[in-house]
Amino acid sequence: MSLLSLDRVSVRFGAVQALHEVSLRIERGEFVALVGSNGSGKTTLLRTLHGMLRHQGRRELGTDAGRQVMVFQRPFVMRLSVANNLRLALWLDAVPRAQWDARVRAALGRVGLLGLEERPARALSGGQQQRLALARAWAVQPQLLFLDEPTASLDPTAKREVEALLAGFAIDGMTLVMSTHNLGQAKRLASRVIYLEAGEIHADLPTAEFFNGRLQGRAQQFLKGEAT
Amino acid sequence: MSSFAESVGTAVDLILHADRVLLGTVGLSLAVSGTATLAAAAVGLALGAWSAVAHFPGHRVLVLLMNTLLALPSVVVGLVVYLLLSRSGPLGSWGILFTPTAMVIAQTLLVLPVIAALTRQLVGDSLRDGGDQLRSMGARPLTCALLMLVHDRWAVLTVLIAAFGRAIAEVGAVMVVGGNIDGVTRVMTTTIALETSKGDLPLAMALGIVLLAVVGVVNALIGLTQRGQGSALAGVR
Repeated sequence: MSLLSLDRVSVRFGAVQALHEVSLRIERGEFVALVGSNGSGKTTLLRTLHGMLRHQGRRELGTDAGRQVMVFQRPFVMRLSVANNLRLALWLDAVPRAQWDARVRAALGRVGLLGLEERPARALSGGQQQRLALARAWAVQPQLLFLDEPTASLDPTAKREVEALLAGFAIDGMTLVMSTHNLGQAKRLASRVIYLEAGEIHADLPTAEFFNGRLQGRAQQFLKGEAT
Repeated sequence: MSSFAESVGTAVDLILHADRVLLGTVGLSLAVSGTATLAAAAVGLALGAWSAVAHFPGHRVLVLLMNTLLALPSVVVGLVVYLLLSRSGPLGSWGILFTPTAMVIAQTLLVLPVIAALTRQLVGDSLRDGGDQLRSMGARPLTCALLMLVHDRWAVLTVLIAAFGRAIAEVGAVMVVGGNIDGVTRVMTTTIALETSKGDLPLAMALGIVLLAVVGVVNALIGLTQRGQGSALAGVR
């Protein structure tokens, strides 16, 4: 059974049809990239997959779907220390207190922030805050991680660091679904690419096939940079 | 002008010699307004956080009411509490009219809307910034709102200091429900009003200076908390 599936799911914001009868399945271990122009419905689809939006149609979690977490484009970190931001995530996830210190160290080590435990989280750089957000997500050991343009506001160095972390998460077996404007990033990281336009899926292919030049219509135009 | 200068001189003399009446009045003012602020904070912070995430019919009316009550005249609060606590009122059997307890109740009702309305705004703004992230981590809406009180603790402190400033500077409510009884319910503002009407300007002026000093300390605290918040970040960048 799929980890997560949508069957003819639609989302409407007032007069705007943000998603229209979208059906897809997310399988364990996939790294899915959602690509498309601004307003195509990438973020709405991510939030719907995560269960944050009211929708019409069917959203079904697999029996062993486990924990899901989302990391946003602009990471929100509390005005607490780095370690306390992680402890908060563990508290919300009902992780036994005895495990907190080990989990905090492991998560910070995973993203290269060890030694900054007592630093105010808001004093970190943008890239470090995004890595802290990833550590916070990783600490609760999710089966499924949603990422909403996680490198969009980062400089090239921080972008590379975050990409390396995401690649590592995928190698560890975590299932990831990420929206991105960056086709190169989708090509480097994803195992499958979904192209959205006007709230509908126009292409859903393994990464190699998506980029092999055989796409048709609007998806092909988008790939060539002609779609707006 | 010389009368004014003389009043200021006498006021400074009273302060420097720690006049017993002056100290008693100042102490009662601080006790009443401090207790009222703490009591209002206990309810107002929770009400403000809850109203930032609650969805129910009439929610907009509640928000409108809270915002309107920001301008609540203190004398009206005094009148309402007076009617409740007077011998023929529904709470007359408590027998607390013209006591400091009645003054605490009146000032609590006066600053409660200030704390609740400002907290609702504060938490609402922060939720727009990070509410989705906290929900994604498994927090329920009310938990998100309460966590934002921790996130915005410096701003919350500023709200509480502002509420204390409103309480300690008001005269209408404590005059009506306290009665300005010498040595029992006489606070700074009611004493200033009384002594001015009697023509004892030095004592009134002394209390005015102390009241201004207290409000000045409150403002300094607001400034310090805001600066502390800024430097906590700037110092490590």
